Amino acid sequence: MTSHKLRKVDVIFSPYSVAPYKILKDTMQRDKNEVIQELIDSGLRGRGGAGFPTGLKWKFAAAEKSDIKYIICNADEGEPGTFKDRKLLVEVPRKVFSGMAICAWVTGSTKGYIYLRREYRYLIPKLKEELALYEKHAKEFDLDFSIEIFLGAGAYVCGEETALIESMEGKRGEPRNKPPYPIQDGFLGKPTIVNNVETFASSTMVFRYGAKEYIKLGTDDQHGSKLFSISGDSPKEGVYELELGMRLDEFAEEFGDGDTKAVQVGGVAGFCIPRKNFKDTIIGEGNTTGGSTMIFNSTRSMYNVLHNYLEFYAEESCGQCTPCRVGTQQLLKGIEAVKNGTKPPQYLDNLIKLSETMKLTSKCGLGQSVTNSFSSIVNNFREEILF
Amino acid sequence: MAEVKELVKKLSKKYGKTRENLIPVLQGIVDEENCLSKAAMREVAQEMDISAAEVYGTASFFSFLNTKEDGKYKIRVCKSITCDMKGKQELIKVMEDMLKVKLGETTQGKRFSLLETNCIGLCDKGPAMLINDEFFTELTPEKVREILGDYIRNKY
Repeated sequence: MTSHKLRKVDVIFSPYSVAPYKILKDTMQRDKNEVIQELIDSGLRGRGGAGFPTGLKWKFAAAEKSDIKYIICNADEGEPGTFKDRKLLVEVPRKVFSGMAICAWVTGSTKGYIYLRREYRYLIPKLKEELALYEKHAKEFDLDFSIEIFLGAGAYVCGEETALIESMEGKRGEPRNKPPYPIQDGFLGKPTIVNNVETFASSTMVFRYGAKEYIKLGTDDQHGSKLFSISGDSPKEGVYELELGMRLDEFAEEFGDGDTKAVQVGGVAGFCIPRKNFKDTIIGEGNTTGGSTMIFNSTRSMYNVLHNYLEFYAEESCGQCTPCRVGTQQLLKGIEAVKNGTKPPQYLDNLIKLSETMKLTSKCGLGQSVTNSFSSIVNNFREEILF
Repeated sequence: MAEVKELVKKLSKKYGKTRENLIPVLQGIVDEENCLSKAAMREVAQEMDISAAEVYGTASFFSFLNTKEDGKYKIRVCKSITCDMKGKQELIKVMEDMLKVKLGETTQGKRFSLLETNCIGLCDKGPAMLINDEFFTELTPEKVREILGDYIRNKY
């Protein structure tokens, strides 16, 4: 594990310093294999949370043989505490579209979609203006790749790529079994690349600066910069671009209100880190994060926090697989029962076991990740759950 | 009935009759009719040549495709943890008093529905809410009185 000092950087949100879509134009002059190799060398990993190496995804998709391939930009940003993709789409949409277009060019795709969460519908008029500008340049560069907006209809689980694809096909947003992965069998059965908004923007920046420069940011495990959505008990809430690999104690010092009790790293699907572990926690090391970082000070009841998370999960579980559908409800009922004394304190251990079973047996990331926040809150704040 | 039929025809012509256009078509109906009536869903099923159960199955999955008629103005208050911490409960109380309904209910005459929703991505400016597609941030009871008062007086 390596770490370094907390450092704000200005890569993704750097102003457009060149003519619109110059990076796209320049990249298209290069050899496709070389471009993919550059992305692999940059170490860029998916910025939505799962952290799959982006370059590999593009490489696999490029190797697929198909009459049509799809590129989907996942803007179904629903993780509580996350709002960086909204800011990206408002402030630097051209970097996002450039990333999509470069991806299309190297993989041989002609059709792209931005899957925009329903709650962000107000972004559409501006995005359409930007898309018109993109189309104009694509035509100039002789690039046959169009981008359309697909508006979601309100479901957290649709941020999961196969659920997203199901919903685009007009079905319930229930995740599919993997494999096959979308790069083989995605939207309408065709090879499909689904990347997060920030992943596309970051890939554009890799091509602007080159992998050699990009890799200077971050640690051996996690390269580059990452957007963090910071909310909660912080005097500086907002989106910050930070170099990956800083320690949580420095983070809390910079962004907390001086009374930070715990930080939720990676949203509700991530881990709740108590103050005593801040020094040993490096953000972005080991577990990748989508960037949602919620700060709690000592006035907050961790029982209320956990209760809120579990209500969220119980509501957003798609209900398709039993471990997640029943598990989320039982965890919620379980902590209520322990709180009001109808179940003994030891019952919490059964609940942790249940959450671990959900991790092993749930079909998708939603059910699999409940144990992250559940165990970390129950283990670290047991007395708050009990009394 | 005839109107719904016309609307469904128009939308399926605009987006296409294949299954992958189902959600845009349903969204179009909700925009016009404020909800997906059984009649509308049956029309869609017929037009797209799928079963009505399939249409309902998809519609009932998504929180923005409501199959029961509710208010013309849907107030969705974010209930995720950071907005909750910053006092969304108080805001709901204020709006319950103003609208004379409880959370989850619709006013008489179906003008307003007071709802909660999961994270709407405005956490850095919480507490936040949506009224239809418009968003409001950094809310206080006073601010909510002003915003909702304006809707009550001026928007029909």
